[in-house]
Amino acid sequence: MDIVEELLKGNRLALSRAITAIENEYDEAVDIMKRLYAHTGHAFVLGITGPPGAGKSTLTDKLAKAYRAQGKTVGIIAIDPTSPFTGGAILGDRIRMNSLTMDEGVFIRSMGTRGSLGGLSHKTADAIKAMDAFGKDIIFVETVGVGQSEVDIVKAADTTMVVLIPGMGDDIQAIKAGILEIGDVFTINKADHDGADKLVRELNMMLDLDAHGMQMEQTDTEKALADQFHHLNVAKHAVGNTWRPPIQKVIASQNEGITETVENIEKHFKYISETGILQKRRTERSKNEMLDVLHSNIGKYITGKLDETGKLDEYVEQIKRRETDPYTVVADVMHDMLKE
Amino acid sequence: MEKRIRVLVAKPGLDGHDRGAKVVARALRDAGFEVIYTGLRQTPEQIAEAALQEDVNVVAMSILSGAHPHLFPKVVNLVREKGMDDVLIIGGGVIPETDIPALKEAGVAEVFTPGTPTSAIVDFIKANVK
Repeated sequence: MDIVEELLKGNRLALSRAITAIENEYDEAVDIMKRLYAHTGHAFVLGITGPPGAGKSTLTDKLAKAYRAQGKTVGIIAIDPTSPFTGGAILGDRIRMNSLTMDEGVFIRSMGTRGSLGGLSHKTADAIKAMDAFGKDIIFVETVGVGQSEVDIVKAADTTMVVLIPGMGDDIQAIKAGILEIGDVFTINKADHDGADKLVRELNMMLDLDAHGMQMEQTDTEKALADQFHHLNVAKHAVGNTWRPPIQKVIASQNEGITETVENIEKHFKYISETGILQKRRTERSKNEMLDVLHSNIGKYITGKLDETGKLDEYVEQIKRRETDPYTVVADVMHDMLKE
Repeated sequence: MEKRIRVLVAKPGLDGHDRGAKVVARALRDAGFEVIYTGLRQTPEQIAEAALQEDVNVVAMSILSGAHPHLFPKVVNLVREKGMDDVLIIGGGVIPETDIPALKEAGVAEVFTPGTPTSAIVDFIKANVK
């Protein structure tokens, strides 16, 4: 079967096979991506991230149902960690999504991180494209359970939802850098547990410092903090982003707070669409995509050449004997190979 | 480039005993496979559809309720109907020896009964996966 042709016709097995080719970097994957690319760019990509056990999969299940009720088709990419020792993985996100399996408007794919450390796998972006070309209206990307610094999801998603649960630490956790800075929408799951209101208060404080801290009377410490946040804020948001991330308490397992969460997600999408931030983010993404392919291909090309000529081992030996160093070697290699 | 073996570990039917399935899932993970675990009480239709969406190389089912003569062949048929001719389908659980020939006839590649070392399952998959 012609995978691309069949995929575009809506053949689910073809979509599945395309993602496998992409994930395993089969030779035909490049051709598949080339042919699919023109058909991408229509889906809304929602990132769902948060610590292990926060309820990301359960929430994904409920949100997917809410979007299905609106008549939208849904793609889900659920990522779980690959063992760094054996390369194996247990991908268990489907357990919470079983009732979606028989809905033809939903396609769920589990992926292992396969060595990637940012909360996604290296091939997640291309798998999103395959689902996009297939015609999914909304694509959920559920990251691995993250700690504090796995923030690759912002590069892949239009809107990023951070899921937190009460009882995970004192208020200093809320002002740390990392995943708390990437939330466009916050969801406090398991809100029937102790400490949910406290967590909401702490998050609100952090977010207020983010947005309005500059206008208040501040102590030096607060000023320093505010400066720090401001700096990070510019790094994260496009200039002119005045979005204040909403916080919603949810009990995902009981379907409480799901409607409000969907409203928050849609408000954010509307906001970034109307302000041009979405376009900026997608432009940035196109640039990153191209540069990633460029870096990866140039790297492979040069490594291949060095390997072929036996120079790689030669250089390594010289470096080991401290006759030269990696920086000099690379400068020489670049000079030789890229002189024109 | 590198192909990674993907296995769907599934519990068809109504028995709620998944200790064995979890032990097998863990052993397969340690063998370097990607294991998709779907949890308890799956219908044959759900298992076949999950196998399709996950593009697995192997479907491994565990049953302790005695419903294997009905459910295993049903999964085989549904998976084949979806065009996945090359997927290896294996089963395990409390299954009488006398039932095994009929299951194999129906397309179950191998049946592993209690006492089988997990390494035997890993070896079988490695030797037979396409």
